[in-house]
Amino acid sequence: MTSKLGSTFAAVLAATLGSVAGVAGANQYNLQPPQSIIANQIYDLHTLIMWIIFAIFVLVFGFMMYAIIKHRKSVGHQAEQFHENTTVEIIWTIIPFVILIGMAYPATKTIIAMKDTSNPDITIKATGYQWKWGYDYLQEGVSFYANLATPRDQIDGNNNDARKNNPNYLLEVDNAVVVPVGKKVRMIITANDVIHSWWIPAFGVKQDAIPGFVRDTWFKADHVGIYRGQCAELCGKDHGFMPIVVEVVEQDKYAAWVAEQKKKTTAVAVDPAKQWTLDELKAQGEKVFAANCVACHQANGMGIPNTFPALSGSKIATGPKDAHMNIVLNGKPGTAMAPFKHLSDVEIASVITYERNSWANKTGDMVTPAEIKAARK
Amino acid sequence: MEAAHGHGYGHDEHAHHPSGLMRWVTTTNHKDIGTLYLWFSFSMFIVGGILALMLRAELFQPGLQLWEPHFFNQLTTMHGLIMVFGAIMPAFVGFANWQVPLMIGAPDMAFARMNNWSFWLLPPAAILLVTSFFVPGGATAAGWTLYAPLSTQMGPGMDLAIFALHIMGASSIMGSINIITTILNMRAPGMTLMKMPLFVWTWLITAYLLIAVMPVLAGAVTMVLTDRHFGTTFFNAAGGGDPVMFQHIFWFFGHPEVYIMILPAFGIVSQIVPAFARKPLFGYSSMVYATSSIAILSFIVWAHHMFTVGMPAASQLFFMYATMLIAVPTGVKVFNWIATMWKGSMTFETPMLFACGFIFVFSMGGFTGLVLAITPIDIQLQDTYYVVAHFHYVLVAGSLFAIFGGVYYWLPKWTGHMYNETLGKVHFWLTMIFFNVTFFPMHFSGLAGMPRRVPDYALQFADFNMLSTIGAFGFGLSQMLFLYVVVTCIRGGAKAPDKVWEGAQGLEWTVPSPAPYHTFEIPPVVK
Repeated sequence: MTSKLGSTFAAVLAATLGSVAGVAGANQYNLQPPQSIIANQIYDLHTLIMWIIFAIFVLVFGFMMYAIIKHRKSVGHQAEQFHENTTVEIIWTIIPFVILIGMAYPATKTIIAMKDTSNPDITIKATGYQWKWGYDYLQEGVSFYANLATPRDQIDGNNNDARKNNPNYLLEVDNAVVVPVGKKVRMIITANDVIHSWWIPAFGVKQDAIPGFVRDTWFKADHVGIYRGQCAELCGKDHGFMPIVVEVVEQDKYAAWVAEQKKKTTAVAVDPAKQWTLDELKAQGEKVFAANCVACHQANGMGIPNTFPALSGSKIATGPKDAHMNIVLNGKPGTAMAPFKHLSDVEIASVITYERNSWANKTGDMVTPAEIKAARK
Repeated sequence: MEAAHGHGYGHDEHAHHPSGLMRWVTTTNHKDIGTLYLWFSFSMFIVGGILALMLRAELFQPGLQLWEPHFFNQLTTMHGLIMVFGAIMPAFVGFANWQVPLMIGAPDMAFARMNNWSFWLLPPAAILLVTSFFVPGGATAAGWTLYAPLSTQMGPGMDLAIFALHIMGASSIMGSINIITTILNMRAPGMTLMKMPLFVWTWLITAYLLIAVMPVLAGAVTMVLTDRHFGTTFFNAAGGGDPVMFQHIFWFFGHPEVYIMILPAFGIVSQIVPAFARKPLFGYSSMVYATSSIAILSFIVWAHHMFTVGMPAASQLFFMYATMLIAVPTGVKVFNWIATMWKGSMTFETPMLFACGFIFVFSMGGFTGLVLAITPIDIQLQDTYYVVAHFHYVLVAGSLFAIFGGVYYWLPKWTGHMYNETLGKVHFWLTMIFFNVTFFPMHFSGLAGMPRRVPDYALQFADFNMLSTIGAFGFGLSQMLFLYVVVTCIRGGAKAPDKVWEGAQGLEWTVPSPAPYHTFEIPPVVK
């Protein structure tokens, strides 16, 4: 019932705006279609409050417009000199108060429901990084990162055609979060560097990701489908380029997905005793660099002048290995260089090796996973 | 009365002050300082406006065409800082300087030399802000809210912004002390507190808010500064700090700050509406109580800016209820303005157009404020364009419209000439229409899920953003007309009478136009 009123309301607004500004009707004028209990409640609350506001608007500005039309000098209206009326003033203080209580009651129930993260079926930890999301399925032992999948050449410049043909422009990732339909998913949310915010509008879920702190929220998806959101808290340069995609599937597909992810994890797991060559590490490091470092330091290692330092020819990437390992592991406080402790020994060793032997850097050094393991202590 | 004034102000041409540039540098005259504040504010309004148009130009269509994302973030940040601290706040202090002594029958502000100093602190602060674009790494790109730990990552531009905020805060505090002292001690005989014009009341309350919260902001940014350079970890969890604490401190300043920017606007509108309705302000005392209630409530609602940080349900409920309560006194104010219009004898010169526009469009910002007060809806809309639409409805259609209305209302008194009424009306209608073309579509993109502070967006938001950009350029260009109207009014025009508007009440209309350099050297008596 209320949802219907909501769409009526949106249609009225759409018609008004469409006729005023000549905008095509294809745009969306309301909240995204809700896909969870909470999102439904939010949608209905919003509709309820819009109707109340609409009624107040018509009433109050009806009086104002009437006065503007009738009580003007040009139609010969004489000013009366009243300037107080205690009864009226008390009435228009109390009536809004009562209306507010009517709004607060359903809102309170929703707030309490939103906070109830108990008894989840699945718990997923989401970690915000500059600028991607990392996910860990705590019981299943599945972990991966989700990067923006929209190619760079669609974003830069006047490449309108490529953009137009991509319906999910800026809203697509390489690895989506997969969850089963109708199960309560508890999201544990944190960040590695600055504050981010994990947001899926269709589920009515938004929770800031705060470095050093853990917060939680939950959702239960009503229907199978792909749901998209974006980081909602300014987190630096690529804040607009770290989307969130949740794929809701049937339970059996979910189980198959988990099994497949586990297999992948074992396949890429490396024997810790493996003896690496410089070329192997460099090749591996290039991938790690592309996934973690390229946003700031750039593919050519030149960084962005005055904002993100160049690695090519830098003192750290050509100087002593210890300082290089230290900055990658622990970051540099007061700058955008975050700690990368969360990467594996092999990943850190390979990316450092790559950085010390690429572009103008020709140190010939090799940093082994064992050295990283030692440096962590 | 008139004759007495003609005699009393006859010697004004001989007012002693240096001429040329030194007049303005050394002046301790409240009218000169008011003028300086207003011109400073207008120049910062232009600078902030250019930044806004630069970022709207990038958002004209999807994709990155003009700026790289880091520079785009600098634009949004500096647009916010410059408009809030450079344009809106100084404009109201300019009004206070010009009008408070004239309206309470005082010869000048209480601390004339400090008044000079509080103005001349502002240009250096503005230079720090603007030049920060040219230091290595550019201006701060952490958003005008300067949230840690993002702000601790920034380059030296952040330090310049911190020092600028320190200086502007000192200026605001001095200005506030001056205004409070003037109002409490220098009223004309017979002008009791409850006889003061409402503009004076709103500024008295605003000044207390400023003194209460500017030091809080100074503390917050100083902690960021020491985190950046001196090894403290106030906002760094790895060192035992808490990033969310920054937000609590910032918004403890930030929410009263919002009312600092709107209460004097309420005051201006409360002067204009009775004048053009030719009818006394309805519910004067309830206006005073409503303003005070808004000011007091502003200290207990700050965390509604932070509903998504994950505070416990009890805190969310408290801040939601407190925030909703603000609708009551704000509603009282709107009802009183409309009751003032009711059965009046209204005319619609430019000041009244802006006042009516203010009531109408500001109320829409109030309505969306109510939507955002509801925590579950806020969690959905936090950090989307809906919020951008909301605060521009209250800050542009609220504060800025009131400033325009006030300028047109008092300009004949300040310059001695009438402004061009037709052009003034054209300015109002252009401003009103382009304002709505710019900001109304943002409600829809926000509802549909467009995050704020992004240089690029998904395709479904393209139409609304294109419309906003067109509106923004129209809005910006319309303000050139305002400049033209003001400059031509200063240079000449029909001679303004002492009492410029038929229905205007108050002491400022008993002195000649233009107001002489020194007024009320002998205090008037208010009955």
